[in-house]
Amino acid sequence: MNYRSSFFILSCIALGFAFLYVPILSMVVFSFNASKLVTVWDAANSPTLKWYYSLLNNEEILDAAWISLKVAVINASGSVILGTLAGFGLARFRQFRGRFTLNAMTTAPLVMPEVITGLSLLLLFVALEQLIGWPAGRGITTMTIAHMTFSMAYVTVIINSRLSSFDTALEEAAMDLGARPVKVFFVITLPIIFPAILSGWLLAFTLSWDDLVISSFTSGPGSSTLPMVVFSKVRLGVSPEINVLATLTLTVVTAMIVGVSLWMARRARLDQAAA
Amino acid sequence: MVRLERVGITGRGLVVALPYLWLLLFFVVPFIIVLKISFSDVALAIPPYKPLLEWVGKNSLAIKVNFDNYAFLFTDSLYLHAFANSLKVAFLSTLACLLIGYPMAYGIARAKPSVRNVLLLLVILPFWTSLLLRVYAWIGLLKANGVINNILMSLGVIHEPLTMLYTPFAMYVGIVYSYLPFLILPLYANLEKMDWQLLEAAEDLGCRPWQAFYKITLPLSRNGILAGSMLVFIPAVGEFVIPALLGGPNALMIGRVLWDEFFANRAWPVASAVAILLLILLVPFMMWYQSVQARESAGAR
Amino acid sequence: MTTSAGGVVKAQPWNDPSARPYVEVERISKTFGDFKAVNDVSLKIYKGEIFCLLGASGCGKTTLLRMLGGFEAPTAGKILIDGEDMTNVPPYERPVNMMFQSYALFPHMNVEQNVAFGLKQDRLPKNEIKDRVATMLDLVKMSDFTKRKPHQLSGGQRQRVALARSLVKRPKLLLLDEPLGALDKKLREHTQFELISLQDKLGVTFIVVTHDQEEAMTLASRIGVMNHGEIVQAGTPSEIYEFPSSKFVADFVGSVNIFEGKLIEDEPDYVRIGSTELGGTIYVSHGISAPPEAVVWAAVRPEKIFMSTAPPQAAADNVVRGTVQDIAYLGDLSIYLVRLPTGKVVRVTRPNTSRHAEAIGWDQQVYLSWDATSPVVVTR
Repeated sequence: MNYRSSFFILSCIALGFAFLYVPILSMVVFSFNASKLVTVWDAANSPTLKWYYSLLNNEEILDAAWISLKVAVINASGSVILGTLAGFGLARFRQFRGRFTLNAMTTAPLVMPEVITGLSLLLLFVALEQLIGWPAGRGITTMTIAHMTFSMAYVTVIINSRLSSFDTALEEAAMDLGARPVKVFFVITLPIIFPAILSGWLLAFTLSWDDLVISSFTSGPGSSTLPMVVFSKVRLGVSPEINVLATLTLTVVTAMIVGVSLWMARRARLDQAAA
Repeated sequence: MVRLERVGITGRGLVVALPYLWLLLFFVVPFIIVLKISFSDVALAIPPYKPLLEWVGKNSLAIKVNFDNYAFLFTDSLYLHAFANSLKVAFLSTLACLLIGYPMAYGIARAKPSVRNVLLLLVILPFWTSLLLRVYAWIGLLKANGVINNILMSLGVIHEPLTMLYTPFAMYVGIVYSYLPFLILPLYANLEKMDWQLLEAAEDLGCRPWQAFYKITLPLSRNGILAGSMLVFIPAVGEFVIPALLGGPNALMIGRVLWDEFFANRAWPVASAVAILLLILLVPFMMWYQSVQARESAGAR
Repeated sequence: MTTSAGGVVKAQPWNDPSARPYVEVERISKTFGDFKAVNDVSLKIYKGEIFCLLGASGCGKTTLLRMLGGFEAPTAGKILIDGEDMTNVPPYERPVNMMFQSYALFPHMNVEQNVAFGLKQDRLPKNEIKDRVATMLDLVKMSDFTKRKPHQLSGGQRQRVALARSLVKRPKLLLLDEPLGALDKKLREHTQFELISLQDKLGVTFIVVTHDQEEAMTLASRIGVMNHGEIVQAGTPSEIYEFPSSKFVADFVGSVNIFEGKLIEDEPDYVRIGSTELGGTIYVSHGISAPPEAVVWAAVRPEKIFMSTAPPQAAADNVVRGTVQDIAYLGDLSIYLVRLPTGKVVRVTRPNTSRHAEAIGWDQQVYLSWDATSPVVVTR
């Protein structure tokens, strides 16, 4: 295949990536700016790490981060279980009652505006509380349930897609050799699709960690997540600590993505050669 | 494929039952509740709405279905404007995303495999970084003493700062910026599967590159374009964060209206009615998206 | 070298009415929607056989194999293995193992773990597993590769591991789905003989699915030719080749010249057929059963046709004149396409036994003739 691209395409790519990255990079740069005005560079005192110290001592932000972390981890783990079950069912069972509904329910959250999902879940929790007394008030539990509901849709798509391209002969061979279907799943299928499960976990984690709208609807007093705290700060204008947060987030995400893709590339070579 | 009926109906049933019931309870039932509340009255109570079913006397149950909320939405021009504006903004943003994103997706799909992976990683990276933070970045760029104004002023191009923040312009920029990866990725997935030899055959038969693109590549990437567009358009209609942070008070988006009704005015029934109307508005697009996805996966198999 | 195929052929249990079949397929059908993949198939396969299901893609052979393995449930009919009804028994409970076309080696396990997998499911003691795996790997000559993962092996090596894995449980029946399809020609030939030798040593009954008729002819003690979900003929390779029961089988296995004609004379010990296609008469020295004036087809194999430049002595039947249209030189033999005055093209093969034999070139006039015992008459 001819890999040369026209000048037009190349410049579009360059400009496009510049568009994507200039804002991000500007945030990083200004996180080292001494001036409280953030975007006015204080050449005399910059670059400085003072806002980094400030952020890492900010109780409000640290508490919110801790809550976000708890919710994200539980959400990711729960979504992976639900999403894998749903993805497996949709990929492997040709026909079952409710297949159409399950398919619709796992693809709708992907495009639904968050204000609708957030509002509807809050109303559900309120109604449930009135009816059976649970959940008592909104907080981490309700947020986690809400997050899991939309995260599992993403995991389902990932697992369904991975299982569809999976060589079923491997599962059949295992059964042929005497393993029952449940055993086949845990001993053969799961280890092989593990990278997809890991992607699903990471995606669900990130979706939960970054979520603002649904969290706002379904959280309660004392359970503010990091995005909620950031939003309330940011509504008032720029804040240097937020720049620091952005830089730290970017660093972690980059490290994670690069690390995971290198690891996946190695595994993909193994899979390709074998399957 | 192994006939998993052999596992028995109970085995298969259990696997899908858990996610099915979960979604039924936490995804579908809430919508029914929203519908119900959209028909009830506001009340000064916790929760701030009157119950739908009320016991009247000893043996009769009265259902009060109040259409006031919907009537209110249709008569107050604010809401109609908000809906119309949301659709317009989402549509134009989708178009902008296509204009910027299609060449990018195309270029990545045609790149050498090693370069391609790096480029894909670069597209995915912003997607994994918080939307909130990325939108925040534009506040810093667009405000009166922000980066863009500072650079333009120091270069002498302008003498007074441009008002960019808290305008519809800022909102468009924010939406296009945030949703661009959502368009590039499905479009790339579609273009990557294309048989590039078709273009070479066309050129061999005398077709100019632009013609070949228009007649071959574009039609074949139709599913990718539709999928990507829906992934931008549908959530953009109900977008809240970006109008709230970048658009001014005049940026009337339905997501923001819903939020304000709910949190600021504590008008839960009205907010519910807004949600229901928004849902009705978007369902045809969602179904279109579903059918495009089904066609794409059927074609792949 | 004695082969089980040879051993079983000598005994020929399928011709012995008192022999008990090891695998019985009774009126098996499989329908997908309105498509009948397998249509009312019945077969008797005997212990120690290598039975090949031969057919083109879509003929139903793989579906039949999968039903034997338990991966598809028959829509109708029964399957008995060693006397037991296995029709609805799931694959993990059948004493049957399968070797998959793609080998299906578990990519996350090494060779040793792959082969040991089946034994582990039976919860055998660790030592026994280790021993049996080692013996099996030795048999397939893969003992040096125990710790390698599948992606580190070549195609031929993977095939041997797959074979070892499927045989280590000493199944009553081994099903092989296009076992040699992925190998190149030389390796394929070598592996064919290895397979036969292995089967002989272990005494396992094989059922092989293939679309390659050469493979079927080499491996099989008996072949079942399939078309449109049905077995059109089952028999030993020589039976199938020399006595095909229909035009389809005659044409499918090897190449053949088929002349359409009508019965002129129909006697118990000979028939004479007049063929306008041939432009002459065919004399066959055995009787056939067909209604008088029936349309029949005479099939003559290319290697059974003699070609000469001089007319053969006084013969009225089984001779025809033609012009050499094309020659393909294949080293060990040459294929000649000879055009008859009627327009029909006849395929003749001649071994190149001598470098100086009578050279026949393009556009040469030749006489084609054959023995009265050579043609096979088919009525469908």
